[in-house]
Amino acid sequence: MKKHIQKERFQSEPRQPATIGQTRTPVGVEVRNLGKKYGAQTVLTDISLKIEPGEIFTIMGPSGSGKSVLLRQIAGLEAPTSGAVAINGHNPADPDTRDRFAIALVFQAGALFNSLSVYDNLALYPLEHRIGTRAQIRDRVMRALKILSLEGAVNKNPSELSGGMKKRVAIARALVMEPQLLLYDEPTSELDPVMSATIGEIIATLKQEYQVTSIVVSHDRDLALTISNRVAILMRGKLLSLSDPAGLRRDTTPEIIDFLNPKIDLRNPRYKNMAA
Amino acid sequence: MNRISTIFDWLGGAVVMAFRAFRMLPEAPRIMKRTIEQALHGGYLSLPIVSILSFFIGAVLALQAGYALQDFGAKQLIGTLVGEALVRELGPVFVAILVAGRVASAVTAELASMRVYQEVDALVTMNIPPERFLVLPRLLAALCYMPVLTMIGIIIGWIGGAVVCNYVDFIGIAPAEYFQSVKQYLTTTKLLHGLIKAEIFGFVVILIACNTGLRTRGGPREIGFAVTDSVVYSLMAILSLDFFITKALGG
Ligand SMILES: Nc1ncnc2c1ncn2[C@@H]1O[C@H](COP(=O)(O)OP(=O)(O)OP(=O)(O)O)[C@@H](O)[C@H]1O
Ligand SMILES: [Mg+2]
Repeated sequence: MKKHIQKERFQSEPRQPATIGQTRTPVGVEVRNLGKKYGAQTVLTDISLKIEPGEIFTIMGPSGSGKSVLLRQIAGLEAPTSGAVAINGHNPADPDTRDRFAIALVFQAGALFNSLSVYDNLALYPLEHRIGTRAQIRDRVMRALKILSLEGAVNKNPSELSGGMKKRVAIARALVMEPQLLLYDEPTSELDPVMSATIGEIIATLKQEYQVTSIVVSHDRDLALTISNRVAILMRGKLLSLSDPAGLRRDTTPEIIDFLNPKIDLRNPRYKNMAA
Repeated sequence: MNRISTIFDWLGGAVVMAFRAFRMLPEAPRIMKRTIEQALHGGYLSLPIVSILSFFIGAVLALQAGYALQDFGAKQLIGTLVGEALVRELGPVFVAILVAGRVASAVTAELASMRVYQEVDALVTMNIPPERFLVLPRLLAALCYMPVLTMIGIIIGWIGGAVVCNYVDFIGIAPAEYFQSVKQYLTTTKLLHGLIKAEIFGFVVILIACNTGLRTRGGPREIGFAVTDSVVYSLMAILSLDFFITKALGG
């Protein structure tokens, strides 16, 4: 496999642009009894999930419940303390797996390359992997920027962007990869309502037209309940519930009801209970 | 015990990193642009400071030699002494120290902040190995600019010596005579040994810088610590390696 890839990269003729959904198989993710500890602190306990190919799977949960850590394990950036993750049966930490399925992660903080312009941030993946000619890459990058209304920022540096713009560049950079598995860490947290809706539409379109599997970590209840096939709720590193949006709405667990519909109660404020 | 295992972990990491980087050498044409960029940052922009420093090292060396040798009436040896000292020892060592202070610190700061702000993670998810994208260009660039910087440093050091010999009254050796004496015992082998030293120092210093940078965990404070570590380790490596390389090369 390695040899094969290298040879391919050395051909002077650029690789044909990979059209997603045609050359690549839909990707399923299996998380088996996954646990993660940092030193003495246990962050994730015994998580088991099976995400079907082409599914939109949302993970919700309070801040600090381990959502970002779970995404890092699925993306193969960190090794779990126990258990395992498999992408169509393959280890996500293996470069071959990444090469075969193209796994993109939209980082919570963007993780844009600070020394590169917005254009170069997006063009890096296709350039490094020799996907298409320069003109084709330019088209691909400009299309992604247009979808996220970023045409004005093409030549800017990440340090010159607002928080929401950074997030959108991060999403555009993931789209340019034309991945089969897209992991979003709070894609709409810094965006205005219209942009958030656009992101929801993008995720749904990728699923419908290209069978892209999406795992979305989000606090955005509307987004989660409209586009998801299933929603998992993570609390204190444990899987508290797993159901489709309709099932989640009917859920009567007090913790979940309070999490999904927190009412501002001035007569009996939460912070007083917490301090007590 | 824990300390020792950390040290071995660190060393092992550095070796693995160098190995991984050089396994990607066949892909060197792809990183040409980045290598040139690094050579420019590390090498070309170091020229002014290397020149100034070497000039004064040569000058002081000649002056001290003048004081020391005048009692023996052996002033004609000043050129030889300055020449040899710069070629065999001071040229490579001082250039490496400057590179540690000027280049290694910058490399570590850059890579450490890329690590801390998850840019390295982003590279990994894009299947772009950091060893190829970040480490190899910097190592190759160091291998290019180290001998050049060292050679320039040596020549400017010689010139510094010549200026002192010419203008300091009690020495009073004309440049022609001085350079004659510089050349007298100089051989290609000695020069080659000096440049080999420079190559090894440069490689090790930049490898330490990359390894320290990419191993950083935490936040802005840790980036600062990483830079300090990188410069301290580099200096330790230069001065201790110097002994062993000199011994191995036999001068
Ligand atoms: N590298 C790390 N080292 C030590 N602890 C960590 C590390 N990363 C995360 N944690 C801990 O793991 C827990 C979960 O963090 P995580 O970032 O996954 O939360 P989250 O659910 O994504 O929260 P948010 O919604 O605020 O982003 C936190 O208690 C955090 O302190
Ligand atoms: Mg998070």
